[in-house]
Amino acid sequence: MKPRLVIPALLAGAVVAAAVLAQPAQPARAQADEATPALPNVSWSFEGPFGTFDRAALQRGFQIYSQVCSTCHSMNLLTYDDLAGPEGLGYTEEQVKAIAAQKQVADIDKSGKPIQRPARASDHFAAPFPNEAAAAASLGKAPPDLSDIIKARAGGPRYVYGILTGFREAPKGFAMPPTGGNYNLYFPGHVIAMPQPLQDNSVQYADGTKATLQQEAQDVVTFLTWASDPTMEQRKRTGAKVVLFLLAMTGVLYGAKRRVWSDVEH
Amino acid sequence: MAVSQNKLVQWIDHRLPVFTYLDHELHEYPTPKNLNYWWNFGSLAGAMLMIMIATGIFLAMQYDPNVGDAFQSVERIMREVNYGWLIRYIHMNGASFFFIVVYIHLFRGLYYGSYKTPRELLWMLGVVIILLMMATAFMGYVLPWGQMSFWGATVITNLFSAIPGVGKDIVTWLWGGFAVGNPTLNRFFALHYLLPFVILGVVILHILALHQHGSNNPLGIDRKGPQDSVPFHPYYTYKDMFGLSVFLIIFAIFVFYFPNLLGDPQNSIPANPMQTPPEIVPEWYLLPFYAILRSIPSKLLGVCALFGAIFILFVVPWLDTSRVRSAYFRPVYKWVFWLLVIDAFVLGAVGAHRPEGWWIVIGRIGTFYYFFHFIVLMPLIGWFERPLPLPPSIAEAVLKKKRHGADALLSPLAPRGEP
Repeated sequence: MKPRLVIPALLAGAVVAAAVLAQPAQPARAQADEATPALPNVSWSFEGPFGTFDRAALQRGFQIYSQVCSTCHSMNLLTYDDLAGPEGLGYTEEQVKAIAAQKQVADIDKSGKPIQRPARASDHFAAPFPNEAAAAASLGKAPPDLSDIIKARAGGPRYVYGILTGFREAPKGFAMPPTGGNYNLYFPGHVIAMPQPLQDNSVQYADGTKATLQQEAQDVVTFLTWASDPTMEQRKRTGAKVVLFLLAMTGVLYGAKRRVWSDVEH
Repeated sequence: MAVSQNKLVQWIDHRLPVFTYLDHELHEYPTPKNLNYWWNFGSLAGAMLMIMIATGIFLAMQYDPNVGDAFQSVERIMREVNYGWLIRYIHMNGASFFFIVVYIHLFRGLYYGSYKTPRELLWMLGVVIILLMMATAFMGYVLPWGQMSFWGATVITNLFSAIPGVGKDIVTWLWGGFAVGNPTLNRFFALHYLLPFVILGVVILHILALHQHGSNNPLGIDRKGPQDSVPFHPYYTYKDMFGLSVFLIIFAIFVFYFPNLLGDPQNSIPANPMQTPPEIVPEWYLLPFYAILRSIPSKLLGVCALFGAIFILFVVPWLDTSRVRSAYFRPVYKWVFWLLVIDAFVLGAVGAHRPEGWWIVIGRIGTFYYFFHFIVLMPLIGWFERPLPLPPSIAEAVLKKKRHGADALLSPLAPRGEP
């Protein structure tokens, strides 16, 4: 190898080695638990630099959240009017008002007495339990809030999809703890407190889509990804413009730099 | 001397010579004509500091440093404030890119001997900046009050408990209570807002020290006359702007398309003092130091090694005994330098993994080598190494290289005239 190539080669080698070694601790940890398979590979509408949320999938996913998940899981960071408009789920304001009105939220009346009233569009999603302690008391452990769940789990959408579709009979010889729980392929340690939430035909889709388990999981994960990252589409759109602008500016500046330096030996 | 024909400019300059000063420091300021692109990273670091301060001020307008509302207020910035997500993602990824730029800047200084006389104080001020950056970044990471914020703060502040005798009291004093809590978050916010301006002050001193003797250059030899240099403006202003623009493309790709790649999913979970996350890891830019800390079996010595790893940089100008600045003319040191770079990457990888099995061994070897490089190799190589002969001047080396065909300026080894 020519000496002048050695150092770039070494540097490249170091970068590759570091990239390999610095793989996040998550897969290494997953391997430690016996036989956690790789997360299922699903293709999503929101992947890639130009990916957007499939609005029909978002609405179906919201239906699943409302009819199944919301029995136990809160989504405290979202308000009903987040659902409206093209950046939301594509509902009109009227539809959102109607959706909100089906839920009851705590408030006080004019005399200061605590009451329950129908939710308004500006209200945060109604939570299934008044507080974490109440949720823990009724279910053993408070189920996590789902507002940020996709961002809060390594593997993101693939992990949550894996959990929803990963319920199995515990394999022979696998000791389930006496406190109970359910066997899940993808949950760290395989024992998850949540019983399998979705089956085929858990819901009847308003748009007539066949409600298989895979379809339901895909839809609700799409909805949860939107909930975690509601500005994703705006971000990618802005990004395309910014990067294009910067590319053009870089070209101009390169020309300018060349020109400025053209009269110097360097 | 009239800096401008403009009457107003002349009027001001007569009373407050800012224009003369700028003209002197930016326009006339003679800069070696042979700087390669590795010299862009100083001005890039300055640009990053400005970006961080600008975005940080706007974030502070919406952020609430209270344990009950900090996480929520950051979520509000992300979800409800107009373009709040953009400001936050720039700030969040900006921290990482600031460190990338500064680490490259530091290794460039190490390779080309930019710390050697008469630039020792310039170098030491740079190390002060890195220390301040680490403190600022650490406290900034605590502010969103996610799981990793809380537990990272707990682990790092607990390091001080290793100090014999008064350690525990110091930790309580740092926390403002008996655990990381509201007083801790409040003071971290106050300091996170203050320290960038302290950094700015040290940066001004850093530039002052730089302009005293001017930039070092890839050949590491002094400028001997006007034929060796060009005025900073327009030559390096344009080169720096071009470099900045390239850098911003990469930065923008992260901000807009991979904004959470460098973050930890655990920090999207609100801080919970009752539940320790499965793994407590700092941000990537602190991983090599974290690895050094964990490689030493004793807590006190580990903390000493952690701080020693940074403080040793202060004395590098005196550890390096070679009279030749640039590694380009140092056949042995050149190789050892790249080993140090590899060691830094390896330590980073060690810091990202649990201290189990081989990682412990690799971590210890890496830690040993890090100190071995500075304490033993640097002085020793300077003594026994026979440097290649230096070219008589920058201008001659540049002309010679020109005759031998243009080498890519981007190469880490430029210039490549036969010495």
